[in-house]
Amino acid sequence: MNNSIAKEKIISLRKKRSLEDMRFKYYGFTAMCLSLAVLVFLLYTIFSKGYTAFQKTIVLLEVDYNQEVLKLTPDSSDEDMEKGKFFRVKKQAIENFFPDLSKSDIKLVKKLFSINVDKEIKDYFLDNPEVINTKQQIWVTAHSDVDQLLKGNSRRDVPEDRRKLNDIQLSYVDQLVEENRVKQVFNNFFFTKADSRHPEIAGVAGSFMGSLFTLFTVFILSFPIAIGASVYLEEFAPKNRITELIEVNISNLAAVPSIVFGLLGLGVLLNVFGLPRSTPLVGGSVLALMTLPTIIIACRASLKAVPPSIKEGALAVGATKTQAVFHHVVPLALPGTLTGTIIGLAQALGETAPLIMIGMIAFIPNIPTGLTEPSAALPVQIYLWVESAERGFQEKSAAAIMVILIFLFMMNAIAVFLRNRFERKW
Amino acid sequence: MFFWSLVLIAVGIFSSFIYGRSRIKLNSKKQGTKSKSLPNYYAQYVLMWCLFPALIVYFSWAIFQEQIIQNIVISNFEFIEGAVYNEGLLLAEIRNVSNNPSFADGKSIEIINAASHYSSLRQISQISFYTSIIIIMLLGALYASQKLKPEFHAQHTIEKYIQYILIFCSSVAIFTTIGIVFSLIFESLRFFAEVSIFEFLFSTEWYPFIPIREGQTAAEGSFGAVPIFAGTFLVMVVAMCVAVPLGLLTAIYLAEYASQRVRKIVKPLLEILAGIPTIVYGFFAFVSVAPFVKAFGQSIGIDASPTSALAAGMVMGVMIIPFISSLSDDVINSVPQSLREASLGIGANKAETIKKVILPAALPGIVGAFLLAISRAIGETMIVVVAAGTAPNLTGNPFENVTTVTVQIVVALIGDQEFDNPRTLSAFALGLVLFVITLFLNIIALQIVKRYRERYE
Repeated sequence: MNNSIAKEKIISLRKKRSLEDMRFKYYGFTAMCLSLAVLVFLLYTIFSKGYTAFQKTIVLLEVDYNQEVLKLTPDSSDEDMEKGKFFRVKKQAIENFFPDLSKSDIKLVKKLFSINVDKEIKDYFLDNPEVINTKQQIWVTAHSDVDQLLKGNSRRDVPEDRRKLNDIQLSYVDQLVEENRVKQVFNNFFFTKADSRHPEIAGVAGSFMGSLFTLFTVFILSFPIAIGASVYLEEFAPKNRITELIEVNISNLAAVPSIVFGLLGLGVLLNVFGLPRSTPLVGGSVLALMTLPTIIIACRASLKAVPPSIKEGALAVGATKTQAVFHHVVPLALPGTLTGTIIGLAQALGETAPLIMIGMIAFIPNIPTGLTEPSAALPVQIYLWVESAERGFQEKSAAAIMVILIFLFMMNAIAVFLRNRFERKW
Repeated sequence: MFFWSLVLIAVGIFSSFIYGRSRIKLNSKKQGTKSKSLPNYYAQYVLMWCLFPALIVYFSWAIFQEQIIQNIVISNFEFIEGAVYNEGLLLAEIRNVSNNPSFADGKSIEIINAASHYSSLRQISQISFYTSIIIIMLLGALYASQKLKPEFHAQHTIEKYIQYILIFCSSVAIFTTIGIVFSLIFESLRFFAEVSIFEFLFSTEWYPFIPIREGQTAAEGSFGAVPIFAGTFLVMVVAMCVAVPLGLLTAIYLAEYASQRVRKIVKPLLEILAGIPTIVYGFFAFVSVAPFVKAFGQSIGIDASPTSALAAGMVMGVMIIPFISSLSDDVINSVPQSLREASLGIGANKAETIKKVILPAALPGIVGAFLLAISRAIGETMIVVVAAGTAPNLTGNPFENVTTVTVQIVVALIGDQEFDNPRTLSAFALGLVLFVITLFLNIIALQIVKRYRERYE
């Protein structure tokens, strides 16, 4: 009798315990799925907010290149053509955009067009000078407010005073849509232009180049120094207090918040050394110092992975220690060090805070061409656009995030490729 | 200037190498003896003497040229009596005019004079830069070529030089730390000369812009950092509340339950999560999570701020998940298999083994991971800059707007920087606090992890 009660107890306890086991496993599984779900949700948010930025809205505008209005003649020289009165042509085109526009209406119509339209009208003429004294149908860039409305990013059901476009302008846009005088095409501006106050002509080309120059500086500075430091620490350093101090320093620097490196750049590189503000040179130097510990740690690991027999072989046939290390160990460790460097560069590419500290947050409307020119960088550009009140910049920031993620993905793919292709297992 | 100086140096490298090589061959032929080292070592010797002094001159020139020129221009500037000048603005104006003569219209004659002075100084500097680099290179090569004798041990010398270069490379880490500590302490001292350290650490009023007391000028404000520390703490707590359970459970699942295949898929995915730039998380917090938190607050009757601690903290938590999970994964994996087998052997099931054997054994390592994660959360900048507020708020309610140390550093340094104003200098004092706290956490964490590893190795 007693025996069977005990048996039952044991069975029920075992059931409870295995249930507990199941539950615990289930918790772990849920936690993992939740983490991955956040990743998916994050990527989905970026894609859904950003894909519209790869399109822009253009409007068909009839332009009359009248020679009187332009103050040009068919045989004007190229220099004169540059100075043609294109703003008058544009003004006229807008006045005739819809039939019978009143003065106040013209003002409203004007706001449907991008600020870049003057330049587009001029460029079209300079490319085809034979169109003088003819009427041309040109597709020109629409204002960001129109663009956002047609993409469905701004809503029309909010009260008029909280909208960028008022009721009359909305009716104009509807009329354009009906008459097929507006369409969406690939947004080449996004890839060819630098930052702008006007969302419809803002692009990532400037910040992309800035990031490239910055990464170049990081690579030039950190790769040789990291290799030198790791070779010294792995192969030559005597076991003493100074070596220990260096090692402790490196592991602590790896965990210092990036913003503190920004303060270092501001306090030392800008204020003491007087290097030029907002430039890839300073940004790259700060990021190089920041990523140096990461790269040194990776380099040391790959130097460690080279079997000592190779060095010993070289020493045995009479090479000096320097020769053994630089002729035999370092070349074998090179793929590993390169992989580590690329991962360090990927980390540097996404870093924002130190660049803000050294002034790479300034508004730079042109594409930089050198290391000592003020420029933006991709992550800072994203920050500027996220913070911007203008609605049209939100999709730009998401699209810029896509660009940076693709860039990061490619760098990591190169690193993985290098590792698989060249790294030898011993 | 940059490009041509690189060309100059490249030419120097190339020709000094060729020169060294041919010279030693010639010399040993003349003396009829074989040189002690291979010709390439002599060539490298000449090259180093040609290159390194020139590089030192190059960098010091690049660093100091602009400052020296500016000082000369300013000291020669014809100041008009009684007028007030801002040196920075004045210099910017002078530089603008000299770079772009079309800006000269409407500028005063002093500025135009100074601008032409500036341009001429720049020109002199350029010319003397190139001549001095060439002279230094030639002198270096000349010195080295004196030693190009067959009995000279070039290889030993070169190897000694290489050692010096390597030592210099590894001491960059020390220089960086010294640079960080000095720049933070130096500027913080200037800050604490104007604001008492007790006010900074214990007062609860942080108004860097607005005068709150009678007789205060607008530039002073008050600097009690307690609400900022409290806000940082609140965001960190929210982040850890998200990251610790998710990260730890994920690590346990991956280490103890998941099949090899699942591990192979999930670990790289978590690495993606770790590799995403923090500004992207900031965007995510701002665009998706903050509106969600606001809607959620409304549904339970709380008026949530659009820049709530909750939204920023949650996203920061997500950012830390892979950090905690990979560190804990390592720690759990390094618990000896024998402990696991012993527990299973006496009849415990997996969950019991994990909870009663593995976790207690791995606890020090996991605590170390948590401390590192906390230091990460405190130092994280971009998520809070985008998603948390800028106004200090002493509260424990995560639905309210709070600000953090890193946000205040960014706020203080965006826009005009005046290094004689406590508002700008406060960034360095906050940075010093941040540096000390994270350093402290890291040292403790690394110590714990190290001791833990030693125990099982």
